[in-house]
Amino acid sequence: MKQQSFFHALNIRHDVCVGCSHCIKVCPTEALRVKEGRALLYPDRCISCGECYRVCPFHAIVVEDDDFNRIYDYKYRILLIPSVFFGQFNKQISKEEINGILLDLGFTDICPVEHTVKVLSEAIKQYIPQHERPVISSFCPAVIRLIQVIFPALAGNIMRLKQPLEITTHYLQQLYIQEKNAKLDEIGIFYITPCAAKIASNKAPVGENESPVTGVINMKNLYNRVCQAYKQKNKPSVEFNTLQVSAREMKWTLTGGEAENLAGFRCLTVDGVNNVIDILERLENDEITGIDYLELRMCDESCPGGILVQGNRFLTAARLRGLADTAPMENSATDRFNDYLMQNMPVGEIQPRAMVKYDRDMATALKKMEQARRLKKQLPNIDCGACGAPSCEALAEDIVRGLAEQNSCIFMQTQHQKEGTLSSESAIRIRESIWGKDRFTGKS
Amino acid sequence: MRLNFNIEGGDFTKAGSASSQVKKTLKQINVSPTIIKRVVVALYEAEVNIVAHAFRGNISVDIEPEQVHVQLTDEGPGIPDIDRAMQKGFSTASPKVREMGFGAGMGLSNIRDNVDTFKITSEVNKGTTLDMTVLISDNQ
Ligand SMILES: Nc1ncnc2c1ncn2[C@@H]1O[C@H](COP(=O)(O)OP(=O)(O)OP(=O)(O)O)[C@@H](O)[C@H]1O
Ligand code: SF4
Ligand SMILES: [Mg+2]
Repeated sequence: MKQQSFFHALNIRHDVCVGCSHCIKVCPTEALRVKEGRALLYPDRCISCGECYRVCPFHAIVVEDDDFNRIYDYKYRILLIPSVFFGQFNKQISKEEINGILLDLGFTDICPVEHTVKVLSEAIKQYIPQHERPVISSFCPAVIRLIQVIFPALAGNIMRLKQPLEITTHYLQQLYIQEKNAKLDEIGIFYITPCAAKIASNKAPVGENESPVTGVINMKNLYNRVCQAYKQKNKPSVEFNTLQVSAREMKWTLTGGEAENLAGFRCLTVDGVNNVIDILERLENDEITGIDYLELRMCDESCPGGILVQGNRFLTAARLRGLADTAPMENSATDRFNDYLMQNMPVGEIQPRAMVKYDRDMATALKKMEQARRLKKQLPNIDCGACGAPSCEALAEDIVRGLAEQNSCIFMQTQHQKEGTLSSESAIRIRESIWGKDRFTGKS
Repeated sequence: MRLNFNIEGGDFTKAGSASSQVKKTLKQINVSPTIIKRVVVALYEAEVNIVAHAFRGNISVDIEPEQVHVQLTDEGPGIPDIDRAMQKGFSTASPKVREMGFGAGMGLSNIRDNVDTFKITSEVNKGTTLDMTVLISDNQ
């Protein structure tokens, strides 16, 4: 498969960003720096996890979703709702009402994403015994990208099967073609996304050339639209009951949701970015034995903790569990398409994308790394961030790569000024190159 | 480039820190994952042997574009019969060590299987030295 350039679904609004440096500290791949008073993203390292989005106090980081009006390019406009969407609302507003309001926005049909979890669970149960264990779930696109960039040796463990989003899309296409005589290009299937990672996986899927899903809609936008309609007491023109999902299927997006569908296998479930990194670190060291399936989710509490999901993640998860309690035990609606869905489930090989830290040539890389190590010894090792890099180690790397200079470090700079080897003008120029010119003029 | 580590006998909580650090370094210069795995497995086993069987030790790791060379020296009881110690399944591990999941007697042979050169010398009541090399460029 052709390697795509790294699509990132998060962008920095340079007119809003003030270079506060909150984001550079939380990025798990150290993809962010402060330069000229603004956050700067190294796109090849971005895994669209959204940690920067969470901490930005100025809302300068935006999620690139699709233009809503694109839905009108299609005769059949189907909205795919992940169950977590309903977890955001309190009991006063029913699922049927929410569906009705969403239909009124211009969709012709609505379907739960998790409608095809059962057939996927069967496929996974067949997949695990035939592959190297532990098999790592392909559910969370941020985890897949994290593995590609930081744990390339584990790329082969990622399960090469699609997830409910893509499988349900295939199902709906087939259903519409068979039952409504629809043509494929008349069917637009749009997904409400809880995160940036799912957008990245829609625009630049891994292991596939193109995602079957037509487009992605920001969950925050639709949450607002539903709340608005509800508050203005605009009763939906219809109350709409979607296709079935079973209780177990409904919980797929929750932590442990996959494990619950894979009875008989030894599953380990881990959520939260630091926990996921720790477990992958251990897997790479061969420390994990006796596990068949690793369910890894980048967000704390999985998708209820997604950056576009409204409210408290624990409450969202609890409400979703409550909803699942009222769902049927079994969903057999998709059974007749099982063969077709099974055939369309595998994806191609998942390539590692190890980031080139120093150089492609190993001898050069080694030399540069040694240089960086020596430099790091001279730095104060307090990771203050005044240089615009997330840590002293990252600055040392940047210096060696020609992206920063020793005096970018405020301590080195002060030392050199004290020794008389750096003029005050040069010092100011360096500081301004990192934090911007406006930073060093008095506030009126 | 050289990395040095000190190892304390009996401190299992820190066993593996040298191999993690070496792994991190090799990843940063894009050594192939299969080679990294061999280095990490061999180094980890050797590190644990010092923790489990000796009093204290030192590890030095030399990373070059062609090879990774590791030398581990320890102060400890030494190994009276190296040929026997190398046999799969031979172990003098105490019940305490076995309780922690070590002591299957597989360490030394596992090390030998993962490296390209392997040399072990030992003096009873003094200590043990292990020299090993993993070639990088050949299998790239
Ligand atoms: N550094 C050392 N100092 C003293 N004795 C050692 C040292 N390394 C190994 N030995 C001896 O050699 C034996 C075999 O070592 P080996 O690593 O193969 O197995 P083990 O350490 O007993 O168990 P395992 O490595 O499978 O957990 C040990 O039981 C111990 O008696
Ligand atoms: S856990 Fe869910 S919401 Fe969070 S990044 Fe992964 S898929 Fe997106
Ligand atoms: Mg051993």
